[in-house]
Amino acid sequence: MTGMTVIVKTVTRWTAALIFLYGAYVVAYGHLGPGGGFAGGVILACAYILITLAYGGEHALRVLPRAVASRLDSFGALAFLALALVGMVGGGLFFTNWLQQKWAGKAFHVFNGGIIPLANVAIAIKVCMSLFLVFFILSSVRMFGKDEQIDFRSKEVD
Amino acid sequence: MVTNLLIFLLLFMIIAAVAALQTKNLLSAVISVGAVGFGVSVAFLLLRAPDVAITQIAVEVLTLLLLIRATIWRGVRTVSGQREVFGSAVAVVLVLLILLLVLPVFSGLSFGVGPQMELASSHYLQQGLSETGSANIVTAVLLDYRAYDTLGEATVLFTAIIGALVLMRQQARKPLEE
Repeated sequence: MTGMTVIVKTVTRWTAALIFLYGAYVVAYGHLGPGGGFAGGVILACAYILITLAYGGEHALRVLPRAVASRLDSFGALAFLALALVGMVGGGLFFTNWLQQKWAGKAFHVFNGGIIPLANVAIAIKVCMSLFLVFFILSSVRMFGKDEQIDFRSKEVD
Repeated sequence: MVTNLLIFLLLFMIIAAVAALQTKNLLSAVISVGAVGFGVSVAFLLLRAPDVAITQIAVEVLTLLLLIRATIWRGVRTVSGQREVFGSAVAVVLVLLILLLVLPVFSGLSFGVGPQMELASSHYLQQGLSETGSANIVTAVLLDYRAYDTLGEATVLFTAIIGALVLMRQQARKPLEE
């Protein structure tokens, strides 16, 4: 997977950070405005995919190695489950919003909602990493090893 | 006004879907599928559901990229093979049958005005902010009242990525002998 032209690379250098910032905003303000963990996570994954398409697979793997993406994926899923289990300890039931019951913040403020913003962040990490991994796996098999390149431009299809 | 726009959008989406099915060129098909997704997103915006609209447009862009990257960039450009007439006919008949069976159920539900719907939705709207602290009631429902569903959705995504990893790894580790 090679990169694209200089024009695409330059534009990507300027816009990828902005897309990432927008995704982070959608995640962080998911309990106040439209958006949330899933939508924000998809936008974050789109920023990574833009980098992958523009700069090629090697550069993308330098930005975010596959092992790190795999671990962050599992971390997001486990963090969401852990938030639910901590609710069992703090409030008695699975998914109890114990944080909100103990320290309720001001309504319409960012630091409010108990475990909801935390769960948003966990889901965003999970969704972003899984979608990036799905894209990477489906679009290139070179990551399995330098010597094991398979040409999917198969002969039977045409 | 909104109803007219929705009808226009529906017609646009139906035409795009038919075009996606009929065209032989894969790139045209993928772009037509993208047009359907865009129409769905605008329809959600018109129906005042910005949360779903944002998710829809983001997922649509990602799916489009995946489809283009996984098929067309690999040299698969056109659809080949004969269309299955019998299979299509059976599918159409089954969908019509299910539609006929489901219609009485939906007309009996009386959305928005029935007592069983009113109870839950009015509780969420009135008590949501004070109970969960989340100003966005959609997020409050997703991550507090119905957090089990979100956990299930996260599990589905997790399972899907594990399946993709396993499948692609086998293909890459054991090249086919020719």
